[in-house]
Amino acid sequence: MSGRHAVGARQNRRRQFLKAASASLAAAALGIRADNAHAAAAKVVVVGAGYGGATAAKYIRKWSRGRIEVTVIEREAAFVSCPVSNLVIGGSRQLADITVPYDGLAKWGVRVVRDEALDIDPVARIVKLGRGEALGYDRLILSPGVDFIYDDIPSLASPEAQAQVLHAWKAGPQTVALRAQLEAMPDGGVFAIHIPKAPFRCPPAPYERTCQVAHYFATRKKKSKIVVLDSNEEVQSKKALFTGAWESLYKGYIDYRPNSSLVDVDIATRTLKLDFENVVADVINVIPPQRAGAIARRLGMANANDRFCQVDFLTYESTAQRGIHVLGDAIQVAPLMPKSGHMANQHAKVCAAAVIALLSGEEINPAPVVANTCYSYVDDKQVGHVTSVHAYDRAQKTMLVVPGSGGLSVTASENERVFAEAWAHNIWADMLT
Amino acid sequence: MDGGMTSHFLRCGAALAVVCLSVTFAFAADATPYSNFGRDIAANCASCHGTDGRSRGAIPNLAGVDAATIVQLMKEFRDGRRAATVMQQLAKGYTDAQIEAAAAYFAAQARQ
Repeated sequence: MSGRHAVGARQNRRRQFLKAASASLAAAALGIRADNAHAAAAKVVVVGAGYGGATAAKYIRKWSRGRIEVTVIEREAAFVSCPVSNLVIGGSRQLADITVPYDGLAKWGVRVVRDEALDIDPVARIVKLGRGEALGYDRLILSPGVDFIYDDIPSLASPEAQAQVLHAWKAGPQTVALRAQLEAMPDGGVFAIHIPKAPFRCPPAPYERTCQVAHYFATRKKKSKIVVLDSNEEVQSKKALFTGAWESLYKGYIDYRPNSSLVDVDIATRTLKLDFENVVADVINVIPPQRAGAIARRLGMANANDRFCQVDFLTYESTAQRGIHVLGDAIQVAPLMPKSGHMANQHAKVCAAAVIALLSGEEINPAPVVANTCYSYVDDKQVGHVTSVHAYDRAQKTMLVVPGSGGLSVTASENERVFAEAWAHNIWADMLT
Repeated sequence: MDGGMTSHFLRCGAALAVVCLSVTFAFAADATPYSNFGRDIAANCASCHGTDGRSRGAIPNLAGVDAATIVQLMKEFRDGRRAATVMQQLAKGYTDAQIEAAAAYFAAQARQ
């Protein structure tokens, strides 16, 4: 190096010194440690390639201009979207319509390994995979999604029971299986859906699913009925939109019962046992309570009520494990922040920018903003939305809804369907291509 | 040689002081010195409008669109002067500075 362009090299060193000085000052002002000055060699491992993980992987490669190595660990062969999956249950979409291959990430130089992350050593910074590979990392990003809690539903403890009483709350085989159960149900039957206490993945989704099953019954099985057993005291999202649709499109089909906590299920008789009553149905859909995926819990990162992971909203780094970031439905959300795919995609970009900055000794964004836009279909054509914008509050160290921002559709309309469809294709591309 | 080193250190010291001051003032004045300000705000829009604003469907493309046009549209959404489904609600979540920085980012992107 000393042999060529000596003046240029000195200026370069000076620039680097100034850059490092300003970065470390800024980092000190924010209380953040820049932990690696050699971005060229930095390695990031991402566990889980859903809305959070896939987005983070792509954006780290894009924004670092390929300077950071990114490896994604994913169990499944392809991405299947939870948003829009209720339409597969309603019959107006096929699973193929909501499936996107992981090939597109290769264009960004992301290495996708189809395997399971079994264990993490946060001190040695190593992820151990199911087939024996061990991957070292400088920064680890967990986007593990949710696991289901069956502790309070004793009869559903076994995998055999869980294969009969479906959740269909992770898009894929269970989505198709629930559709098959509805198709096999004779006309005149009853579909019962149980909704856990909030917080759960995708607040409007149980009510959208109710609409989708009602749409199927109203067009194909007019003598059938739906019982909605909600642990909550009211509809948790887009209430006017959904109750409006139930009144106008599906009058007489839906029996909505709030404050209905599940005690257990009798699988043989297809009975949902509640505190004060039993409900017998032909097809039962129990959405169990949820918590962060097991890999995050094993590391002591589910430090909010032993369920979800608290993070620093400037970086999405766990408050329990340095060097490990958490995205998506697994985090303990900020006030009024929904657990949604769109929100996970937004977490991921804040995290990607911060991870690059931390690995390069650059300044992190001191004032991140995230937004949510979520569309729900009340039948096969009419759609409504909810939106919100959340900005970092330096005093409270959390994301707060920007006053006056956000809102809802008053009613569902065909006008919004084109935007809902474009949203899906654009966000899938934003994650995966 | 010694003199060179000393003056180098002095220059660095002076530069450091300037950096210190600018960082302090920037934080005190609540204006962000963050270099990826526009890029990061624009990334919020990308979830619906496509990466770097390159949209594939009915949602408008933003890549390569004149910054003044984006700023004007966003302000019309925010003020309720332009009808929209989601954009009035979302536009109310952003400051002038955020809108202008994101618009400049989109304007600089190739349309594809």
